[in-house]
Amino acid sequence: MATVTVRDVVKKYGELKVIHGINLSIAEGSFVVLLGPSGCGKSTLLRMIAGLEPISEGDVLIGDRVVNDVHPKDRNIAMVFQNYALYAHMTVRENMSFALDLRKAPKDEIERKIAWAASILNLEPYLDRYPKQLSGGQRQRVAMGRAIVRNPEVFLFDEPLSNLDAKLRVQMRTEIKELHQRLKTTTIYVTHDQIEAMTMADKIVIMRNGYIEQAGSPLEVYDNPDNLFVAEFIGSPSMNLIEGRVEGGRFVSKGGTAIALPAGCKAGEGQAVVLGIRPEHTHPDPAGALEARVGVVEPTGPETHIYFELDGRDICAVTRERTGVKPGDPIRLRLDADRIHLFDQASGKAIR
Amino acid sequence: MAEAAIHTSALQGPQGRRPKSLLSPRRIVIYGLLLVAAFYYILPLYVMIVTSLKGMPEIRLGNIFSPPVEVTFEPWVKAWSQACTGLNCDGLSRGFWNTVIITVPSVLVSIAVASVNGYALSNWRFRGSDLFFTILIIGAFIPYQVMLYPMVIILRTMGLYGSLSGLIVVHTVFGMPILTLLFRNYFTALPAELFKAARVDGAGFWGIYFHIMLPMAVPIMVVAMILQVTGIWNDFLFGVVFTKPDYYPMTVQLNNIVNSVQGVKEYNVNMAATILTGAVPLAVYFLSGRYFVRGIAAGAVKG
Amino acid sequence: MNEPGPGARGNPFFRNAAAKIASLPMILTALVVFVGGTAWTVVYSFTNSKLLPKLNFVGLDQYRRLWSTERWVVSVENLLVYGVFMLVFSLLMGFVLAALMDQKIRFENTFRTIFLYPFALSFIVTGLVWQWILNPEFGVQHVVRSLGFENFTFDPLYNQDIVIYGILIAALWQGTGLIMCIMLAGLRGIDEDIWKAARVDGIPAWKTYVFIIIPMMRPVFITSLVLIGAAIVKVYDLVVAQTGGGPGIASEVPAKYVYQNMFYAQNLGQGFAASTMMLISVAVLVVPWAYLEFSGRQRHG
Repeated sequence: MATVTVRDVVKKYGELKVIHGINLSIAEGSFVVLLGPSGCGKSTLLRMIAGLEPISEGDVLIGDRVVNDVHPKDRNIAMVFQNYALYAHMTVRENMSFALDLRKAPKDEIERKIAWAASILNLEPYLDRYPKQLSGGQRQRVAMGRAIVRNPEVFLFDEPLSNLDAKLRVQMRTEIKELHQRLKTTTIYVTHDQIEAMTMADKIVIMRNGYIEQAGSPLEVYDNPDNLFVAEFIGSPSMNLIEGRVEGGRFVSKGGTAIALPAGCKAGEGQAVVLGIRPEHTHPDPAGALEARVGVVEPTGPETHIYFELDGRDICAVTRERTGVKPGDPIRLRLDADRIHLFDQASGKAIR
Repeated sequence: MAEAAIHTSALQGPQGRRPKSLLSPRRIVIYGLLLVAAFYYILPLYVMIVTSLKGMPEIRLGNIFSPPVEVTFEPWVKAWSQACTGLNCDGLSRGFWNTVIITVPSVLVSIAVASVNGYALSNWRFRGSDLFFTILIIGAFIPYQVMLYPMVIILRTMGLYGSLSGLIVVHTVFGMPILTLLFRNYFTALPAELFKAARVDGAGFWGIYFHIMLPMAVPIMVVAMILQVTGIWNDFLFGVVFTKPDYYPMTVQLNNIVNSVQGVKEYNVNMAATILTGAVPLAVYFLSGRYFVRGIAAGAVKG
Repeated sequence: MNEPGPGARGNPFFRNAAAKIASLPMILTALVVFVGGTAWTVVYSFTNSKLLPKLNFVGLDQYRRLWSTERWVVSVENLLVYGVFMLVFSLLMGFVLAALMDQKIRFENTFRTIFLYPFALSFIVTGLVWQWILNPEFGVQHVVRSLGFENFTFDPLYNQDIVIYGILIAALWQGTGLIMCIMLAGLRGIDEDIWKAARVDGIPAWKTYVFIIIPMMRPVFITSLVLIGAAIVKVYDLVVAQTGGGPGIASEVPAKYVYQNMFYAQNLGQGFAASTMMLISVAVLVVPWAYLEFSGRQRHG
């Protein structure tokens, strides 16, 4: 177990800068998820931590040691890849012992560790099989087994679940989390799936275009997004956003709809802002202040998503009630005033 | 996962129009044309075999297409152990063993070098590595004649001219473009994560090569082997230029036996010798089938 | 994918040191043999080297002599005739055979085996077999005559005017199987829906081939063209085995001229000049192809 510190790290491919001086500190034993759309630099950052990609500027520390120039094998890390990266010509046992064999670990120790890993991951019956004889979930477990037998200080996961089907993904998510709770090894996990991030992470680091947009606990980033990007990226259906300006202590949309702002709002008079409200804080309510017409109704079972149009933008409300509204119906809406987020329109930064 | 990089779609199902009936006039024309073509291709093999099984009197009297009246294996024995080249009269067996001695190490060395090249080019690229590769590929099209003499000088400087090792070097050098291309494409098609996983597991350049890449490269190894065994076995030019008469490979010796101006021409012995020389690549061809097609499709560049 | 070795930001020369050392044979081959060797030959083609290479420059003298030597002129003429016919017939036979093979025929594997096996044989074997079959005393001519056609004459290897066609017959026998294979792969690479669409539109099969399939197979044809072209320029062993360049000098080819001058006549300068001419002819063929093939299209990998 170790901390991981990323200090002013820059990655350039020739002239092209893909990581712009990132700072990040990861506590011992924590589970950190790097989240972002493809091309945001999350995998590049992970590979730099792994030592698979040279660092253009800045430092990466594992524990107190600067590891910039340390070979991946000497960083005491283990990595699990998206397509498992199992060695097809080796059995499950050989796959798991490969790294230990290379280190010339004693035979009985290797045996012990493989038995231990196999029992944790329920792989005992498959130890002498080849990867091609295993199912997707089993392969994923072998990849994890290969990582844990080495007893590394840091686990690195590079989108490990994206090749699995939806059901298996949920199951493996739980297994990875259980594994972490059991081993308490510092873990860095890259994904573009916000559900994975929300459910597994102690800390989510949201990245875009080589910058960190926000870092915090899952609920922190969900409840208090620092900026428009995070607000829109986290949550499904995503946060409703309405453009407008502040007039007389109220928010007035471009179409003229006025919405009362909570007390203590720091937005300046006349400031161009974007109002954000999550769908679950948008309620169909006959006594509501807003009026709109229903567009699409999507029942998901536990809840119903109602889409309606407000000032030319699609707005979503989520309700657990059986409202019985139909497309074309006029509807009144109420917003939870204390759940309203305001963002500066120019900078996208949250106004708090 | 370890499917070869070269697709031989020639092995998938046919796509032309479906036959209306089994023996429509159209079908008859198609099969007729194919049979005529097959006749052209098969004729020389047939003639070689029947000629080699006849005695000289029968050849002088009969026609080359008729099957032997009296089958004799004497021409084969003679071709193998008595045929003369210049003053030596110990048959083609000497050339055969020379070719074996040349082919085995040349195949092994050239494949070893090229597989390392391909591996380095796909996983350990360094500044300039792509440039060297491009030169190699362009080099595949340069007529050998242009590089023959410089190669002689290089080998002479190294003290290898005329020796077996020298010829191994020549085969390795001139086999390098196509083989390197083959291995590079194959390794590039493997998932990059395998390589990264092995790096994290603690394997270095050679560790990954021997533990991960080589075991996964078996299919392409087979293709490369076929390519090299037939290519080096059939070589004539390098054998003439880079070896001494004592080491002449089979093809050179065969040519000397058949085209020697001295003595009476023994056509049956000549044909037996010709079959013997073609036997190994033919065996490789008939045994390897699918892989051979894949190999030449890839090796076609060799020209 | 640049991998940091130990000391990734240290001296760049030592980064990936193992990979660089392992690539030394490739680097040496590329730089010393391919670039260096070719440049060396070109440079020495402007000297009057005889028995040994000497840097005694004589300008274009070797080339002037080359083009006034009958043997070379005949070689080039032969190569042109051989080349044109080889190209046309290889493509034609290769394509027709492939198209026939693509008609959902039975015994496809057998036919392919038959068409392709000569490619496994060396040019020496090829040349010797066809030398035997075309032998007028015993071969085709003799057999046809003994059938009653007393005046039938077919002795290409003994007739200066047609000897190159005798070589052509052997070369086509050896090489068309490969072209057939490449063409067949090309045909199989075409979406079957094209055929269905043509059928729905009522286009006859031969028109579909000429106006739709062949244009779609352009890359395959170009690849075949380059392959055949490069092989044509290199033709050597076949001639040595089948005719030895005879009768007289009637079937000489440039590669043989080079060999002759370099290793027998001790006339290195001539050999270098002739091989440089071969290099130029390949370049004329390959450079436009490489340009078509690689410009605009990003290289894989």
